[in-house]
Amino acid sequence: MNALYSLLFVFLLVLIPLFGVDAAHMRTFFGVCIPATAFIIFIVGFVYKVITWARSAVPFRIPTTGGQFRSFDPKLFPQNKLDCPQTGAQTFFRMVLEVFAFRSLFRNTAVSLHQGKDHPIVAYKSSKWLWLFAIVFHYSFFIIALRHLRLFLEPVPFFVNGLEFVDGLLQIGAPTMYLTDVGLVAGILLLMGRRLINPRINYISYVSDFFPLFLILSIALSGIYMRYYAKVDVIAIKELAMGLVTFNYVVPETIGVSFFIHVFLVSCLMAYFPFSKLMHFPGVFLSPTRNMPNDTRAKHHVNPWNDPNIKAHPYADYEKQFGVPMAEAGLPLDNPENGKAPEEKA
Amino acid sequence: MSDIPKADELFKSIDYNPPATGWMDTPVDFSPGHWCYPAKPEKMEYMESKLPGLWGPARQWNPGEADWKLPPNWKEIVVKGFRERLKKFRTLQVFMDICVRCGACADKCHFFIGSGDPKNMPVLRAELMRSVYRGEFTVAGKILGKLTGSRVMEEDVLKEWFIYFYQCTQCRRCSLYCPYGIDTAEMTMMARELMHLVGLNINWIMEPVANCNVTGNHLGIQPHAFKDIVDFMVDDIEEVTGKRVKAPLNEKGHEILFITPSGDVFADPGIYTFMGYLMLFDEIGLDYTMSTYASEGGNFGSFTNNEVMKKLNAKMYAEAERLGCKWILGGECGHMWRVVHQYMDTMTGDTQHAGMTTPRSPITGTVFETSAATKMLHITEFTADLMKHNKLKLDPSRNDHLRVTFHDSCNPARGMGLLEEPRYVIKHVCNNYFEMPDGTTREQTFCCAGGSGLNTDEIMEIRLRGGLPRGNALRYVQEKHGVNTMACICAIDRATLIPLADYWAPGVTIAGVHELVANALVMEGESERKMNLRQEYLPGYEDEEDDWTPPNMEDA
Ligand code: SF4
Ligand code: SF4
Repeated sequence: MNALYSLLFVFLLVLIPLFGVDAAHMRTFFGVCIPATAFIIFIVGFVYKVITWARSAVPFRIPTTGGQFRSFDPKLFPQNKLDCPQTGAQTFFRMVLEVFAFRSLFRNTAVSLHQGKDHPIVAYKSSKWLWLFAIVFHYSFFIIALRHLRLFLEPVPFFVNGLEFVDGLLQIGAPTMYLTDVGLVAGILLLMGRRLINPRINYISYVSDFFPLFLILSIALSGIYMRYYAKVDVIAIKELAMGLVTFNYVVPETIGVSFFIHVFLVSCLMAYFPFSKLMHFPGVFLSPTRNMPNDTRAKHHVNPWNDPNIKAHPYADYEKQFGVPMAEAGLPLDNPENGKAPEEKA
Repeated sequence: MSDIPKADELFKSIDYNPPATGWMDTPVDFSPGHWCYPAKPEKMEYMESKLPGLWGPARQWNPGEADWKLPPNWKEIVVKGFRERLKKFRTLQVFMDICVRCGACADKCHFFIGSGDPKNMPVLRAELMRSVYRGEFTVAGKILGKLTGSRVMEEDVLKEWFIYFYQCTQCRRCSLYCPYGIDTAEMTMMARELMHLVGLNINWIMEPVANCNVTGNHLGIQPHAFKDIVDFMVDDIEEVTGKRVKAPLNEKGHEILFITPSGDVFADPGIYTFMGYLMLFDEIGLDYTMSTYASEGGNFGSFTNNEVMKKLNAKMYAEAERLGCKWILGGECGHMWRVVHQYMDTMTGDTQHAGMTTPRSPITGTVFETSAATKMLHITEFTADLMKHNKLKLDPSRNDHLRVTFHDSCNPARGMGLLEEPRYVIKHVCNNYFEMPDGTTREQTFCCAGGSGLNTDEIMEIRLRGGLPRGNALRYVQEKHGVNTMACICAIDRATLIPLADYWAPGVTIAGVHELVANALVMEGESERKMNLRQEYLPGYEDEEDDWTPPNMEDA
């Protein structure tokens, strides 16, 4: 049901530029105003959210540890430097592997129950599907985004050309098919399929989980349509894109409607981004269980709101309360008076 | 325990397919057995007098009834508390925003594995809070409501929290697998802080908290009783070894203060571990004292709110100062070590007295730089160092009738990274050591399902369900290697693993690591060992005094 709603939403989103551009002739509106506004929403929302996070305190160091910590004898008990980092550098590498290789997902397991011969068995097996789908999806998305830089930069940076070359290495079809185009669509379909088919994952999926998948899928499909079928005028598009970055707006007449649909959907994604779970992208860098070294026993760390007024129950009170039996049991007292029964004192 | 299904039936009842109704529309079961008993009003009043404003109205109430007697403005209190904590804890703020509901954590929680209840999937457990966050604090959630999984704070929501945040042992296993390190244990801590504000709590936590504050330990053992128990243990040690060991209490002027969870002083089999500490310290002539005032290492405050955690923790440094100790040695305890490692120096470091020094073993001279800030050393680090330097005379063959496995307690494993030291110690004192299967040990260890104050009997079925993953791994090594003993380094484990093993792997005994150490320890001038610390005859001596019952078994 949630998936259907999402599909419907995205469908409606496609209709807006379709009619807007063709019927209402609002080319400047869809070519310039919408993307510029969306971009501003994206930047402001993104920064606002990250600042909100950064402003909330990190009172305690609570890194998740996966493996042996640094022991008194690092030779006898070798430290797992990546999963239980104790220095800034080790923590940095942990983060790099997390961000670029999705390391935590890589160790994913799946549980299953079996009836053994005479007793039950709980089994865990490695399950790397999610990792694989996620890697394919994210890397494809990332590379495609970088490839788009050629539209916004003049001259085109060498790495963008390089990327394009590698991406089109298979040289299938004309224009050459990009591997990442396939990867992105495949990645989305696999992730979406997983959400639909796995009953547990389906159970925890909201509209807000399906919607970005459908939205990105429609972006990918509109892009692919433009490039391989509609064969839009790339020179004109670059003109428009360069106009946007240099604040010198032009909307060439030769650009087809499929481009406006693509741009509109991308704008929707940008505007939606800061308010959605897509913020996991900056969030992973700020996750306190991953981005801190596990050195709390060795180094002092300050809690900005530590309350100095919270103090232990005073020993003096304790001794006053239990002094008599303590004295009888032969336990030492700070104040011998406390050991006297009330009648002795009087 | 009569109405608890047999292990086989319970296993068959687990169904991982979620119900047909969406999670927000699926009602919560409030029948007895699904919740822990609320705190006694006098405990609440006591805590209110010590840390005012954190506890809501003290009252008698029953989770099984419709009226929980909440204060009239409960909603404002919870929402305001929530907002405050978003500022005070970046974990909470970030984890509210970035979960992508990928489900990687879903089948990592022992409570889910053993129950199949989807609200025990860590992602959904956190969604119970996150949905309120979105509904109360975000624009998108306010406008789009259910489509984004948002809802507002209502009494039913709060009641649901009470059930499910007291079905999380804060073991952090889920966090290990989450691509963003989202720590549901941290969410649970926050939810519990919020519930405390309106007087929703459980007695098995609040009574220990109150006790720890007054008497120093969670069982409320008063100092003279504490001394009596220790004296008994000294007698028992003499019975077994022929040696009378020293057991200094509240003495000033020693180098080291030793603190262990009070479960080791009171409960069987923890007492054997405690006897183990005493024997070891006596044998190496350690200059130490224990304290009746700081007689609890386990910090029940960490199950309530950070204010209590700090208050209880502060006792350790206060007592080190009063007694003039240079550093603190800590016994086998789970939560204590999570608090010592992650929180102690940050919360109470400024209360250390000037004479405290980085721990240095007076026997081997090793300086433990890893605890330079807290000045507090874990006993398995200390003992491993002794063993490395050959300072102990050990006869592991005395443990030859034991086939031993090791249960990594969640807190030292995942809240600290202490994995190899206990294994090293065990392997020095036992010849037959076996690991449980991969995926159930070290950082992937499974909880005993009784941590974070949940080791109470009224939720026994929930505990046994949560104990399935641990119990099943244990059963595996029992069948494969004939394992008959599971060692651990946590006092709560020593209490909770017993019913768990009886249920899922009958025939396995639970022991502390230092119990095993002491049984293998050859003490200077000891008499021939015929019994272990439990006063059971060692193999080869069984026939002696056939009709004799060990004193501690008489009324069993
Ligand atoms: S693994 Fe992390 S991101 Fe994925 S559902 Fe669980 S908490 Fe959310
Ligand atoms: S912290 Fe442990 S008990 Fe709590 S949700 Fe995570 S795995 Fe389950």
